Amino acid sequence: MHNKTITELAKDLRAGEYSSVELTQTYLDRIKQHQNLNCFITVAEEQALINAKIADEQLAKGATNLLTGIPIAQKDIFCTQGIKTSCGSKMLDNFTAPYDATVIEKFNTSGAVMLGKLNMDEFAMGSSNETSFYGAVKNPWDINTVPGGSSGGSAAAVAARLSPAVTGTDTGGSIRQPASLCGITGLKPTYGRVSRYGMIAFASSLDQGGPMARSAEDAAILLQTMAGFDTKDSTSVDKAVPDYSAGLTNSLKGLKIGIPKEFFSEELNTDVAAVIETAIDEYKKLGAEIKQVSLPNMKLAIPAYYVIASAECSANLSRYDGVRFGYRCDQPDDLNDLYIRSRGEAFGSEVKRRILMGTYALSAGYYDAYYIKAQKVRRLISEDFSKALSDVDVLMGPVAPSPAFGIGEKTDDPIEMYLADMYTIAINLAGLPAMSIPAGFVDNKPVGLQIIGNYFTEDHLLNIAHQYQQVSDWHKQTPKGFE
Amino acid sequence: MSLTTDEVKKIAYLARLGIDEKDITAYASDLSNMLDLMTQMGETNTDNVQPMAHPMDQMQRLRPDVATETNQREHFQSIAPQVESGLYLVPKVLD
Repeated sequence: MHNKTITELAKDLRAGEYSSVELTQTYLDRIKQHQNLNCFITVAEEQALINAKIADEQLAKGATNLLTGIPIAQKDIFCTQGIKTSCGSKMLDNFTAPYDATVIEKFNTSGAVMLGKLNMDEFAMGSSNETSFYGAVKNPWDINTVPGGSSGGSAAAVAARLSPAVTGTDTGGSIRQPASLCGITGLKPTYGRVSRYGMIAFASSLDQGGPMARSAEDAAILLQTMAGFDTKDSTSVDKAVPDYSAGLTNSLKGLKIGIPKEFFSEELNTDVAAVIETAIDEYKKLGAEIKQVSLPNMKLAIPAYYVIASAECSANLSRYDGVRFGYRCDQPDDLNDLYIRSRGEAFGSEVKRRILMGTYALSAGYYDAYYIKAQKVRRLISEDFSKALSDVDVLMGPVAPSPAFGIGEKTDDPIEMYLADMYTIAINLAGLPAMSIPAGFVDNKPVGLQIIGNYFTEDHLLNIAHQYQQVSDWHKQTPKGFE
Repeated sequence: MSLTTDEVKKIAYLARLGIDEKDITAYASDLSNMLDLMTQMGETNTDNVQPMAHPMDQMQRLRPDVATETNQREHFQSIAPQVESGLYLVPKVLD
């Protein structure tokens, strides 16, 4: 049953082929069997089986929501009442949220069964899942390589069939890059589409939650539950949620695809480039027209992003003060010592680096030179996208410059790690929706194709992804040992 | 652009962030490399460009000034490191 789609599982549950309790137990067993991947920070076994039993009762009464009784796992950035939420940090190792995030509440209402909380880079800062306090996650395609990050536990869990689908969050590529490196389907929605309430903040003007699944069809079902206006999130956008599954089968005849020339820079691995070009050719066969476009300011996305994200993170993470919740140092001498040691002992080095960077960029004398300058560059980048998307329907290119790299390979050089985000972060600066879908392999490692759309066109992106998945089977490949 | 170890110590203090003495040189070097990357932005003319703080450029939403949350002090304090009589405890601030 672990190779079935959500639609198939929902049908089987209703036909009485197996119960939600049996389905949940199957996944719990797989999670235990593949513990070495380190995908989960917390497995909520007891609660999952209780909820599966409730779901079975709802199904017997004719529950209509497709997710009722379907096991799901959540990135450990979403607050869950009664179950530990660590955000991958020692700071929150002892933290059990007193409330549920809106996304969690929505999944609970749908009757989905939460298997547990997924490993991630500490406070979502990282592109390899190596900054987690709970240790690195291994990529099921090659356990010596990283799964990507920050939603690395999420992506690896779907690839290894430890959960039919999961959630992730994307501040600079944290859904798309791990989706690409693990060969799964990930969607970062338009900024404001999915509520951030109860989603632990990293960089608030960039953070966005979204679904990660095996196919676009499954991702559409998850997004249907996750999306929507929320009065508890001040930047949530009050806009009707379309039926994300309704347009999946639409034809792509006449679709205009723009290929930004900056996506095929010299940093791009030539084998990855070949995979992307083959995927684009496939779209031609489906009736799409291809046009070259340009995003002239794209090279500035990395510097602008690392100023803005660091500045926002230094402000957001000032809440961890050792007073109200989270880690507190032993025997503080005075209040300053309490702050300094609690934060110093509980944050990892990547988080510290970014807090320092952000504090510097926001400090007197540097604010205009770094922070305001980055915000101006952000507008230029956003305008580049608006211009490109006025000529074409979507943009396509790679997600990451290379397939999964080795564990430990880039940990000594933070800058090198940052540069690997070059194709994803500009999209967060603009706030656009984008997907990563499996498009092939290089050295037996998966490679994702990135599809970028205009604001609030998630339904169209899912349609474009689904049509490709009707004529390709990259998304159906399973890593050896996880069949 | 390069940061000295003293500057790193100052920033760390501003952020109330403890860092080990032995790591300061490495932080100074990493931050200097990050700043080098960021100075690339200086080559682009941004005169007359409005800073963009938020992707939607939307106004902050207003709502009626009505309390919607109930008081859950005990619930919230149940996860605090140290509380007494409904108060969060910290080391003495005034002698």
